[in-house]
Formats: sequence, C-alpha cells, structure tokens
Amino acid sequence: MPRVFACRTRRAHTILETLQLLIIGISQGCVYGLIALGFVLIYKATEMVNFAQGDMMMLGAFIAFSLIEAFDWLFAFVPVLGALPGASFAFAFLGTLLVMAAFGVVLERGVLRPMIGEPPFAVLMLTIGLGFVLRAVAGAIWGNQPRALDSPFAGGTFDLGGLIIGYENVAIVVGTALLCGALYLFFRFTRIGIAMQAASQNQLAAFYVGIPVKRVFALVWAISAAIAAAAGILVAPVNLIDPLMGFIGIKAFAAAIVGGFGSLPGAIVGGLLIGIAEPFVALHLPPGLSEVSAFVILLAMLVVRPQGIFPSLQQKKV
Amino acid sequence: MRFVQKTNYAQDVNLFLHNGQRFWYGLLALAVLLAPLVLDRFYLGEFAYLYIWAIAGVGLMLLVGYTGLVSLGHAAFLAIGAYAHAWLLTQGVPFVLSVPLATAFCAIIGYLVGLPALRMTGIYLAIATLAFERIAAWVIEHWESVTGGHFGMRVPDPTVFGMNLDGPVPFYYLCLGILSLSLFAALNLLRSPTGRAFIAVRDSEVSAQSMGINLARTKCTAFALSAAFTGLAGTLFSHRIGYLAPDAFTVQTSIQLLLMVVVGGLGSLQGVVYGAIFLGLLPQAIAIGRDVLPQWIGEIPGLEPGLFGAILVLFLIFEPLGIHGRWVKVRLWFDQFPLYRRATYKRQRSYLRTERVR
Repeated sequence: MPRVFACRTRRAHTILETLQLLIIGISQGCVYGLIALGFVLIYKATEMVNFAQGDMMMLGAFIAFSLIEAFDWLFAFVPVLGALPGASFAFAFLGTLLVMAAFGVVLERGVLRPMIGEPPFAVLMLTIGLGFVLRAVAGAIWGNQPRALDSPFAGGTFDLGGLIIGYENVAIVVGTALLCGALYLFFRFTRIGIAMQAASQNQLAAFYVGIPVKRVFALVWAISAAIAAAAGILVAPVNLIDPLMGFIGIKAFAAAIVGGFGSLPGAIVGGLLIGIAEPFVALHLPPGLSEVSAFVILLAMLVVRPQGIFPSLQQKKV
Repeated sequence: MRFVQKTNYAQDVNLFLHNGQRFWYGLLALAVLLAPLVLDRFYLGEFAYLYIWAIAGVGLMLLVGYTGLVSLGHAAFLAIGAYAHAWLLTQGVPFVLSVPLATAFCAIIGYLVGLPALRMTGIYLAIATLAFERIAAWVIEHWESVTGGHFGMRVPDPTVFGMNLDGPVPFYYLCLGILSLSLFAALNLLRSPTGRAFIAVRDSEVSAQSMGINLARTKCTAFALSAAFTGLAGTLFSHRIGYLAPDAFTVQTSIQLLLMVVVGGLGSLQGVVYGAIFLGLLPQAIAIGRDVLPQWIGEIPGLEPGLFGAILVLFLIFEPLGIHGRWVKVRLWFDQFPLYRRATYKRQRSYLRTERVR
C-alpha cells in the first residue's frame, strides 16, 4: 500500500494521507459490498449460500471484456457511435448485465432447482464446486494471463488540493449507490419485489397464496448474477481481470456476515468496514496483515456479536 | 439376503457383523500388505499419499459426517501438524515422540477453535473455520524463526530406533499402519458413548440435549479429535513432501478434503477411503486422458480443479450419499433382487420456513 504518503512531518500530511486511504478503502469496500449484496440477495430469498458469487463476478468481467472488443469492432463501421468515446463500454455494460442475468437463470434452473429442500451444507458444497468449474471454463476461454478492461474510467484522476481520486474509484462508489437505490425501490414498491420478500420468509405459504416461487427464485438468481457482473466491471480498472479474481468473494463473504447475513444495508456496511480497515492496517500494522484483516474482523464479530451489525435473525441461532 | 441371528449381546459390539465381512476385509488387508511385492516405486508413493489423505479424511469425517459440523479450515490442522512435527524433529525430538506430540498439539488447537465455534452452526461455522485457516496460514508465513517463512523448512527423514523409514517401502508400511490404527480408533470411538453422542448431535441438537448430552463438550471433543486425526495426517504429509512451504496448504486443500469426504459418502468410514481413492486416482486419470484426448483439451489451465468441481456438483445432485451410498444401494439391489423398490432411498424434502422476520 502507498508508503509514498508516509511522510508524517506535518499534520496536514497526516490528514491528507488518512483521507487518501479512506477513499481507497471506501471504493474497495464498495466492491466487497456489491459482491456481498449478491450473497445476501440469494440467501434472503432462497436460504441458499452461493459461494460462487465471486466467480460470477469474474465471469461478468470477462464477458464485458469480450463484449467491449466485439462492440469496438462493430462500431468501427457505424459512423456516429464509433466517434463517441464510451459507446462500446456502455453497450457492453448493458449487454453483460443481460448475459449474466440469463446465465443466472440457467444456473438456477439447471443446477440449483434440484437442490431445493436439500440441507444448506449440500448447497454450499455445490456452489464451491460450481466456482471451480467457472474458473476452469474462464481459463479455457480467456486464458490465465491477466487482462485489462478497456474502461473509460481507467487512469484518469481528480486532484482536490493534493487529494488524488481516481475516476474508477468514483465510478465504483457512484455505481454502488445507484444499484443500492434501485434495489431498495424494487423491494419496497414493486409487486414482484414484495413477492420475493414473501417467498424468502416462507416458501410453502408463498406458494399457497399464488406467488410463482420458482420464477421468483430464477429472478433472484438473475438479479444477483447481474449485480456480480456490475461489480466485476467496476472493479476491473482497479484489479486486472484473471480467472482467480473471484477469490475476493471470500472477503465479501466475511463482509456479508459482519453486516448481518440477510440484511441488504448490512452487506454494504460490512463491505465498507472491511474495505476501509484494509489500507489502514496495511500502513500501520506489520506487513501482510491486511490480507487477513477481513478474517480477523469476521472472527471478532462472530465472537462478540454473531448476529452481525444489522441482525435479521430473530430467534434462529446462527 | 443375509440375516444375522444374534445369540449373544457381545455380537452387538463386534467390529464385523458376520464372517463374510471378516473374509473380505481380511482379503483386503492381505492385498494391501502384499502390494509392495507387485507395485513399483511410483505407485507405492501414490498409495502412501492416498493413505495420508484417508487419515486426514477420517478426521474430517468425524466432524462433518458424524457430528454435522462443517469445516472449511482443515488444511490449517494439516499444516499445524506438519510444521509442529518438523519443528520438533529439528529440535532433536525422536520421531516416535514427535508424532504424538504434534498430534496432541493439534488436538489442543482444535479444542480452542471449537470453543467459539459452539455459538455457530452451518454456514457461519464454515466461514469462521475458513477465516481461522487464513489466519493460521498468515501466522505460518510470518513466524519465520519457527517455520522458515516463505523459504520453508526441510523435514528430516523419519527414523524409528535408528531405522530410516524414508524409502518407498518402509514409508508405505508406516502410512498403512497409521491409517489402520486411525480407522480402528475411529471405529471404536463411534461405538463408544462419545461417538454416539456425536451422531445424536448431528441428527438433532435438541433431542441430544434432552437425552442429557452436553452439547458444548461434545462439539469441542469432536473438533479436538478431528483436528488430532488431521494433524496426524499432517505429520506424515510433511515427510511425503519433504520440504514444507506455506503454499502447500491453502483453501484449496481444505476444499479438497471436504470434497473427498462428500464424494466418498458422508457418515461412513468406508466413504473416507473411497473418497481418498477417488482423490488419488483422478490426477492419474487426467494425466492418462491428456495423452489420449486432443491437445487443446489437455492444455486448459485449471482443468483438474474444474473437473473436481464438476464431479462434486454431479455427485451432490444425483448421489448425495456419495460412492459409499451408491455401493450400499447396489448391494441392496442384489440382496432383494426381484423386489428392490426405488423409493427405498427417496429423499425427504423439507421446505424452507425461515425464522427471519424482516
């Protein structure tokens, strides 16, 4: 992490440095939060735990990579769109969300539907296996060397009086805020959103009152896959894309639990907590500790307050 | 179909149910004892490796298959056992003393991990053990005075009373002997009140408690014993790889262990051995497949873990009881030949009614 800022002779520098780390932490935390959101969404609706969420993010990033190349090639023949700078990125972004949503539906229909009613442990193992398969598939199609996404947010920076903020960091934070807002409105005000809440509380009762539970589950998987894809595209300018990038899903998992598994705002807050802790730990504590800080926070949380920051469990023991 | 008429209460606690089992297990014992006469160096090494996996699997099976606690962090116990053993050996502790010491150390660590784990079940426990594994890996990586950090440490040869056991044949017998002892110990454990308590806790915590089982003590014991077996496997594992480095024990290792137990068949000790055979044979099968299949398939990076994952998914969907479960079904089909009913093993599904209210 940025030892460059370790000049502590003046107070102003320290404040600046803290702010700088905070910005890095917030944008990284938003990424954890987004992946955690996918976990929580699926868990809330279907009580399944999708360990492959990080790998779905990786897949989304790779699909975006290929779509951007495809649209770049296509728009070379189109006079107006070819001249716009971010056109292929925007189209690829939407295209990726659609492709991944479809992928989520296929996954639910093909692999997870037979597992409805099985013990949660079996589903956990199943999604771990799924993660392995997705990694191998991505490796087979795109190879193992890291790739950079051609994003309009990459590289540029704002300079606010010595405080340097990358475009990509702003994009992550804004993107996360927009997605959260959209999800909130969806669950609060739409018919299908409320049906999802009902299905998540009691599958059988929801089925009896005429909610199409199977379709609701498919939709949840679609949304969750699309969120994962969005996270992948947003994080791609910061980290490079490679088949193993999904491993940050494990930290996002920690974030989801810290936030209180099953709570959507909790996922974001937990993600931010872990994301912000990391750069500070990297600067002030022994080297290498930042990689495990997420897990230390998780264990501490589980011992002190196992229900998380925003508990969603009432009687159930965690 | 064979019906065993019991004429004596002692028959209830016999290790073998009837003479048929004695005969087949005896034949198996003879086969593995005589294997070094026919197998060459390479395959002996592979078999020893398979036995080591099976020992670790016995540990994990006690926890996952019999107590119903899922651990994604057993690679940590494997690593702790391996490092503790190697460190003791370099300090001049003899092999015969170092193995039990390292195993006991693992049991203590396992007990300590079990303490906070009491408050969690299911997915929370899995992720907490995963966190423990990452932290243990970090400690191993950075505690350079003991573990050698990134540079790793060389493991001295195993010597028992002046005999060097590092050759393929002695090491094979060493692993075989320890595996047999572990299986025997686990079998006896599962016939004892402690083992019965494990199974009761797995099937229903509430009913176990109401029968007077101390939940906290039982779970901690399960963790400690499980860690001890896995640590014991770790001590042998350290000799097998010869040079310990932190990247030998990763999340992947934990997942492979879990995969072995699930594919083999949860809730059976035979399943552990089937799973270990599966885990040991798959890389060989892939290596053979690479020569036969077109080149581009063989060159896919991550092919092996990908295949592992695919097989795991297929097993969970189509045969959740694993290889052992399939074998039991096949045997039952032959036993009841014209009368076998498919519904015998039909799974009861339970639909979700969550306690979450928000």
